[in-house]
Amino acid sequence: MQPGNLFPLVVVLIGIAFALGYARSRALATPLGGIRHLKSLPFYYAARASLWCGLPALIIFALWLGFEDKVIQTLVIGSLPADIQPDSPGRASLILSQISNVASGALSPEFVPEPIAGAADRLTALRAESKLMMTILVICVAILGAFVAWLRIAPHINARAKVESTLRKIFFMCAGLAILTTVGIIFSVIFETIHFFHKVSFLEFFFGTSWSPQTAIRADQVGSSGSFGMIPLFVGTLLISGIAMVVAVPVGLMSAIYLSEYASKRMRSIVKPLLELLAGVPTVVYGFFAALTVAPFIADAAGWLGLDASTESALAAGLVMGIMIIPFVSSLSDDVINAVPQTMRDGSLALGATQAETMTKVIFPAALPGIMGGILLAVSRAIGETMIVVMAAGLAANLTINPLEAVTTVTVQIVTLLTGDQEFDSAKTLSAFALGMMLFIVTLALNVIALHVVRKYREQYE
Amino acid sequence: MSNHEQAALVRQSLKRRYRKERRFRFYGILAIAIALAALVTLFADIIGKGYTGFIKTTMTLEVRFDPKTMYLEDATDKDAFSMADFKAPLLAALHDVVPEAGDSDDRDLGHLLSSYAANKVRDTLEADPSLLGKTQTMTFLVSDDVSVYVKHADDPNYSIQLSEKQQGWVDQLQERGIIQNSFNDVFFQNGDSRDPGHAGVLGAIVGSVLTMVVTLLLSFPIGVAAAIYLEEFAPQNKFTDFIEVNINNLAAVPSIIFGLLGLAVFINLFGLPRSVPLVGGLVLTLMTLPTIIISSRAAIKSVPPSIREAAEGIGASKMQVVLHHVLPLALPGMLTGSIIGMAQALGETAPLLLIGMVAFIVDVPSGFVDAATVLPVQIFLWAGSPELAFIERASAAIMVLLTFLIGMNALAIWLRRRLERRW
Repeated sequence: MQPGNLFPLVVVLIGIAFALGYARSRALATPLGGIRHLKSLPFYYAARASLWCGLPALIIFALWLGFEDKVIQTLVIGSLPADIQPDSPGRASLILSQISNVASGALSPEFVPEPIAGAADRLTALRAESKLMMTILVICVAILGAFVAWLRIAPHINARAKVESTLRKIFFMCAGLAILTTVGIIFSVIFETIHFFHKVSFLEFFFGTSWSPQTAIRADQVGSSGSFGMIPLFVGTLLISGIAMVVAVPVGLMSAIYLSEYASKRMRSIVKPLLELLAGVPTVVYGFFAALTVAPFIADAAGWLGLDASTESALAAGLVMGIMIIPFVSSLSDDVINAVPQTMRDGSLALGATQAETMTKVIFPAALPGIMGGILLAVSRAIGETMIVVMAAGLAANLTINPLEAVTTVTVQIVTLLTGDQEFDSAKTLSAFALGMMLFIVTLALNVIALHVVRKYREQYE
Repeated sequence: MSNHEQAALVRQSLKRRYRKERRFRFYGILAIAIALAALVTLFADIIGKGYTGFIKTTMTLEVRFDPKTMYLEDATDKDAFSMADFKAPLLAALHDVVPEAGDSDDRDLGHLLSSYAANKVRDTLEADPSLLGKTQTMTFLVSDDVSVYVKHADDPNYSIQLSEKQQGWVDQLQERGIIQNSFNDVFFQNGDSRDPGHAGVLGAIVGSVLTMVVTLLLSFPIGVAAAIYLEEFAPQNKFTDFIEVNINNLAAVPSIIFGLLGLAVFINLFGLPRSVPLVGGLVLTLMTLPTIIISSRAAIKSVPPSIREAAEGIGASKMQVVLHHVLPLALPGMLTGSIIGMAQALGETAPLLLIGMVAFIVDVPSGFVDAATVLPVQIFLWAGSPELAFIERASAAIMVLLTFLIGMNALAIWLRRRLERRW
């Protein structure tokens, strides 16, 4: 049975388990003199029956779906004759895709060696077998679970307590998923990164000044080694983020100050949602704007001034990224400025300071740590931003700080290295994970510091 | 210094200080003006580039299915049908409407129609073989070059590929109403295509909807459950703190990192297929969960303790208090937060690139494990095309995407106004 049909079937079984549990608990209660002689309401006996029915079955279902393909693939590869056993993971994935193409009918069995065609048949058979086994197992477990729970319905059992403690455990696991995600992120990058550092030295990666991940397909090709120095990427990322911050910090901060200190209620109620609209625009739209409008405009303007600007200039990507971050900076600074106690404002104004003086000499210094925290968060966003730079910044890793030249960033390289055809296990593909690791560590550090600073600051005035 | 002298000093400096005040205020207005100008430019640019994407240019012709020129005697004969010439009736029809074109102009004339026009003739005849030998009025999309000429003749960004002669024909056909502009329904009925005239967003919209369904079905229940645990049941200890720190950090992790996670875990470890809405939805779930948890916690927090105390007072268990009383009251707030989280996920592109949702896919996906693309990725693909007609499509698709996003945000605001209670 298809997974798409099995799931509704399990849901129906859960419903039946609920109905049966409900009926049985009422039936048990009647000779005793009504449901008040049960330890819990019939609903809880029924809920317990449906939990017993659904939980184990759905867990098996999910695990089966998760590991099915992997197990089948291993079995198929293992069944190949020794002479075409793949010697590397890359070769294995090649053979696998050949086999699955034959199995799906995209490739005629006549065009592949005989063992591959045999393996394709085996793959089809295994898939069907696995589907059947899964269906039987899931349905059996569901029915068995419901049956056991149904048998165990008895007036003296406190079904409510049991249902509640199960629910509590489920809630706990949902909350724990956050930890699991973090662990997942770390593990998904760390192995490939370690692998990468077996191929490329630490020193080259961190201090190399040239990045060209093109490794040769044939060993005798010219320039086959590829170089993996991340400095140009790092500088490019910092350059674009720097331009973005130069735009976003003054504009965001000043608009937050104006909106919180000067603007009338009416103006605030109009401008604030508009700024939020800027925050809601997807990054791919900013990328489109940067690549097709701002970049050509800058190239033209520079040409007009007699300067030479690339059509993929860092300036275009940086400016647009700055626009994207404005609402982020302004809403964070707004929070921080509003957290400064009103008494400080009143005190300063009462001494005869103007509003601007109050702002710059009293409130701003008081809010500074919070604002710095907000700016750090904005920097971490700029560094991790992907679509704008993928669409508007270049691919060539130039080591330059000239904003009119094309530079590339860490995120651009990750996307370029991991989309399209990948050579499995090559330094080129692995380097994307190493870059991802660097990105994760840097943004994590910035976030931890920023959140810490912001929290410390809030406590100060609470 | 006497008081008098001090007062004089202050008065002297007043002018300068007021000037400073005005300057400060001006900077504030300037900042807001810059931000709003950016917003207006962005929208104006996209609408200006893309509104023509909603217009299609068509040509209406009297097509005679002539058995002789098509080399087709019997339309039900499959072998003969596959060999038949379906361009011939089109050329004849074109010659009918452009009488001044001679036989040597066949190539130029044929170029006026989209390359898919012959397919349409074939499909029509296949559906109704009795049409052979008869005449039928049919509407075809024009070729890209004609479409560009009709829509953008005055725009210097577009280069006109038509010859003078062809331009003359098109002008004349337009005057006679044979070439017409109308609302581009093709854009909403097709998947992607190599031909901009036939490229549409339906495939991407369906892909987005399927992905969002997975995301919503997973992230909303999990997010709400996690928020309930953290707000109501979690003991105050290091482990709870650790979970909280994790959630806050995940909310700020760059989205592309979630793409790496999806690639390594869902595709490489679990062997799930690439480019499918299921995996896209899983990745976006992990990405939006922190947002939903944070907003759901805020919603739970805003339910006043008196409600809890009253329920506890009449003997409800902790779980009953939460599920029967707190949760229904917090639900509107949770919904609002989730819709905003969904809107973010709908606009997300980067992580989906890494799990392979960038493939060129013509068919509209029909299930969660069909190869699919989503709206933002479709925009990305079209925006990277060197053809201006695709850029036009990209802008139009952006407008569709923004309409969805604004709609979702409006729904969230409406829900908040309508359902949220102030205590």
